[in-house]
Amino acid sequence: MKASSQGIGSDLPALKARYPEHFAASWTKRAAVVGVVTVLSGLFLFGFWRLDFSLDRILSGIGKLGTLVLLMLPPNPGSWAKFFTFIHALAETVAIAFLGTLLAALVAFPIGLVAARNTTVNRLVQFASRRLLDGIRGIDTLIWALLWINVVGLGPFAGVLAIMTSDIGTFGKLFSEAIEAADRKPVEGIISTGGTRLHQIRFGILPQVFPVIAGQVLYFFESNTRSGTIIGIVGAGGIGLHLAEQIRTLEWQAVSFLVLLILVMVAVIDALSARLRRAIIGRSQQPPM
Amino acid sequence: MATSLPRLTDDRLAALMQAYHDAVRAKRLRSMAFVCIVIGLMFLSGWVAQVDLFKLVANFGNFFSYFDRIMTFDSGPVAGQRVWTDPAEWFWGLRKWLILLADTILIGYLGTALGAIGAFLLCFSAAANLMPNPWLRSGVKRLFEFCRTVPEIVFALIFIIAFGLGPIPGVLAIALHTMGALGKLFAEVVENIDMKSVEGSVSTGASFSQTVRFAVLPQVLSNFASYTLLRFEINVRGASVMGFVGAGGIGQDLIEAIRKFYYADVSALLLLIILTVTVIDLGTERLRHALISREERP
Repeated sequence: MKASSQGIGSDLPALKARYPEHFAASWTKRAAVVGVVTVLSGLFLFGFWRLDFSLDRILSGIGKLGTLVLLMLPPNPGSWAKFFTFIHALAETVAIAFLGTLLAALVAFPIGLVAARNTTVNRLVQFASRRLLDGIRGIDTLIWALLWINVVGLGPFAGVLAIMTSDIGTFGKLFSEAIEAADRKPVEGIISTGGTRLHQIRFGILPQVFPVIAGQVLYFFESNTRSGTIIGIVGAGGIGLHLAEQIRTLEWQAVSFLVLLILVMVAVIDALSARLRRAIIGRSQQPPM
Repeated sequence: MATSLPRLTDDRLAALMQAYHDAVRAKRLRSMAFVCIVIGLMFLSGWVAQVDLFKLVANFGNFFSYFDRIMTFDSGPVAGQRVWTDPAEWFWGLRKWLILLADTILIGYLGTALGAIGAFLLCFSAAANLMPNPWLRSGVKRLFEFCRTVPEIVFALIFIIAFGLGPIPGVLAIALHTMGALGKLFAEVVENIDMKSVEGSVSTGASFSQTVRFAVLPQVLSNFASYTLLRFEINVRGASVMGFVGAGGIGQDLIEAIRKFYYADVSALLLLIILTVTVIDLGTERLRHALISREERP
């Protein structure tokens, strides 16, 4: 044991001479790493200075935050009437997320087909639909909510439309990527039997992309129940309206109760959609008949 | 050259068709039931969410007329003209807006950086393969879950009361939410590493931090960076609406313009935000592809 470790020890300089790259990174690599880290941390410090961070503001803020958290305990809606209002708002949030996601998927699917390289009509249409999707995605859900409130007035319907529009952009992109990643062989098989373009898409591509798309839709339903909680802040329905109101009126126990409600709702929906996803993916992985 | 394939006789074909229909009938029934349930849920949630298609159809013109209005000057000597006929008038506040936009990006950057640092420090404790203590592990996991479930705007609303108006609550809210989202992703990356190098370094007597540094980090760093870049893009978008509740950035001006009906300003600000987000989207996508290809190189 001792002899062998001594052996390696005596070989070490020779090994270092033979394989220098394994003992120390080359200086260009090191310089690149140091440069990137310097620039990033420089920007970090500049950001603190530019955005008026100061130690006493942070410390006093954390102190106040501690007091707020103490005020939040125990969670308490205040009264039974409020409790039922909150539950109704929660149902509204789930409905907004469900309907918004589903409608977005229905609208985005044809756009995704047109935006995918292998199923599009022509290059120009593909390019245009890609840019359209990019533009839609650039605008946050909250901004869409403000725009839709102009059309259908305050209320949850504006929220449904807002979630729908902002998700069309994301879904269109994801769907078209899933379609582009589909295997070409089934399509070739259908061409060889004389199938038309629509047959190719229906029997060659759809069965491949459907489980992927269903998984994505479920995932977005989950994430929309989270983002559905905030669109109420601008007046587009759901629990966010009450949450913002309780924060502004400093009803801290009701705030923590609402947060707790949201956590429970998200956990339940996560569990449900995980089961559903397993069912869908499991079915697609059954051996083909 | 032309060869015709022999066609099955009709009775044999009929038997095959029958078998096919039998095979797909059960599947079709199940799909129909599924579609019916989804449609039923749709109507139920349409009722809960007060969907009013008549109102939508009646007022749908408003949607386009809104875009029409934000594309037209409504005051001054150029009133009534399209905005792009006079870019200088359209982007009259460009200097101020660019500074606000830079602030917005900085809020996104600081929030992402702080959140990523937090997630980095905690993710190894949430990974099942590195952290043997189940209490600590599930504690960290619950913390991540809480942070990513509460939307950043809600954190911002609460932080505004604690820290006062301005970009600080925005940065902290984004950081906290990012820590939750990235922490989960980071922990999953760590759980998927190759354990051989970990065993190797443990066998040489390395401590926990040394194991992480020499056996885990080289495997996960490029994935971490890729997720962080993705998050940065999301956070810049999120920072653009932080101003809606008074947490700094360009959102403050945007919501003022929307609420006070400064139509030309709305379109100018929206255009600036879309451009910024698109540029950052394309830039981070490039960087991520470079990182991933570096990962795959032997």
